[in-house]
Amino acid sequence: MPQGEYLGMTLTVLDLDQENLAYFQHCADHDFHLQQCADPDCGLIRYPPGTACPWCSQREFNWVPVDARGEVHSYGEVHHAIQPAFRERAPYMILLVELDTQSGVPTEHEALRVAGNLVDADGNFATPDLVKQVGIGSRMRMVFADVAEGLALPHWTLDEDAEQPDAPWRYPQEVNGV
Amino acid sequence: MTDIDTTAGKYLRDKYAIIGVGETTYTRGSGMTTRSLGTWAIKNAMDDAGIPASEIDGMMSYAGNDSTASPMLAGDLGIRLNFYMDVQGGGSSSEALIGLAIGAIEAGMCETVVVFRSMNGYSQVRIGGTGARASVPVGGDALHAAAYGWFSAGQNFSPTFMRHMYDYGTTPEQVAMVKVIHSEHASNNPKAYYKQRVTVEDVVNSRMICKPLHLLDCCVETDNATALIVTSVDKAYDYRNTPARILGVAGRVCKPRIDMHFQHGPISTVAGHYIKDIIYRNAGVGPEDIQCTGAYDAFTFTSMLQLEDYGFCKKGEGGDYVSSGIMRLGGERPNNTSGGHLCEGYTHGMNMIIENVRQLRGEVDCYCPQDDNGKRIHSYNYAPPEEGGGCRQVPNLEITQNLGWAMPGTGSSLIMRKG
Repeated sequence: MPQGEYLGMTLTVLDLDQENLAYFQHCADHDFHLQQCADPDCGLIRYPPGTACPWCSQREFNWVPVDARGEVHSYGEVHHAIQPAFRERAPYMILLVELDTQSGVPTEHEALRVAGNLVDADGNFATPDLVKQVGIGSRMRMVFADVAEGLALPHWTLDEDAEQPDAPWRYPQEVNGV
Repeated sequence: MTDIDTTAGKYLRDKYAIIGVGETTYTRGSGMTTRSLGTWAIKNAMDDAGIPASEIDGMMSYAGNDSTASPMLAGDLGIRLNFYMDVQGGGSSSEALIGLAIGAIEAGMCETVVVFRSMNGYSQVRIGGTGARASVPVGGDALHAAAYGWFSAGQNFSPTFMRHMYDYGTTPEQVAMVKVIHSEHASNNPKAYYKQRVTVEDVVNSRMICKPLHLLDCCVETDNATALIVTSVDKAYDYRNTPARILGVAGRVCKPRIDMHFQHGPISTVAGHYIKDIIYRNAGVGPEDIQCTGAYDAFTFTSMLQLEDYGFCKKGEGGDYVSSGIMRLGGERPNNTSGGHLCEGYTHGMNMIIENVRQLRGEVDCYCPQDDNGKRIHSYNYAPPEEGGGCRQVPNLEITQNLGWAMPGTGSSLIMRKG
């Protein structure tokens, strides 16, 4: 059973939780994969991991590599942490990044929107200066935080190779310089 | 509004009513168990209706954290149950359980049902998520959220709130008006935990919790129990108060991809978008007929998003709606006249239904004096009590609506009329 300490929290995946086991094993391999519906008439990719296809109810699926790049669709910026693990990290960003893969499919407003925290290129939690640079529209790439054998968490960092918007949309009020 | 054939019997429009309501003091540090709180609230609702224990035979409750089970309270109060069910749930369960209570009575399982919610939301299991709840191991599906510090209600909802600002230009100052108006209402509510009136500046200068939520954009955490009694209209007039008749209910209606609704946008749209097609059909009225709303205010944003998606204004104009004064007592359609979750107390929506029941009776418990028979003599002066006001009764009220919120993707609704 993958289990490890992360920021002082215990993270676990149960041995019978096959979908999450496979998802986090791929993350531990630093090779992002998602489930793709095995129905030839559907073939849609889904996130977060699940036990059947949200579009056609097909139970069969395959793990496929997915390009883990995209754009910030929305975010929350936590200044008062609730979990003790995050008190020292505040202010921290919770990002919802819309992947380029399958954006607007199968209908206009559907997409793969993958959660993660904002980290720097080395995977460290973002400093207030970095937080200030990221908002809706920012181009991101995935980095992984290793937790234990078979368990790593995907996070997001600014994509150095992408063209960034001049001013990503940010909440209008600054607090403590962020 | 498209009408329906109510003779089909399917919609049960206007065939059930709420005959009694009751609560405990909204407090922090109740000093008693949820069992004890629950019996007080139910007893207060029984006294309100003037109904004896022998005429209640159903009980329902919900809990997502601390509560107490129906059999304990029924035993304490001498109620013999023909039906009970305690379900898991938080916000928006109140309206859904009223619908299920109607179903239980309609199915012949019982005749009169108490619905209650009992919680030490401050002193035992804190609603905001702090305390013991925040320190538990994170496993399985929660790894996609809680492991990112994406855990409390405010944190969970924040991408929806933020995206609404991005999509429609909604401003912090507009949304702050929800708190301002609810605080005005609370100042005329002797029961409210926070009675102090606040300004837009107070809200946007209060401590930032999780952008876009300042401290004063968030509801209060309190200890309290609340109860209401549902029965059929043929019995409802046997009791002490004018019943609040139920025109329609919608329960726990969901957006697509409720496992993580952000996958199916627009994420700035909430469950009300789907609920409106059910609730207005069932009730046979539309938003234009609603004179007073109880739009769940776990946060300032939740009231706004719901009012917008139910059609009280155009999509995207929620910021204008909540800052226009429409929602104020004396305005066209007051919202949460008790002060709601932002000011009165946090009860997962029950207190907003209780408030609307009292509003429909014309018997809201404000600072206005009572006559010798206990009937309230309303001044309709909504200034604070110290300025000679203190009233919060809506005049000539016929129809109210409750807009219950669980999360952006799930909600319930209840429409009532004066009996």
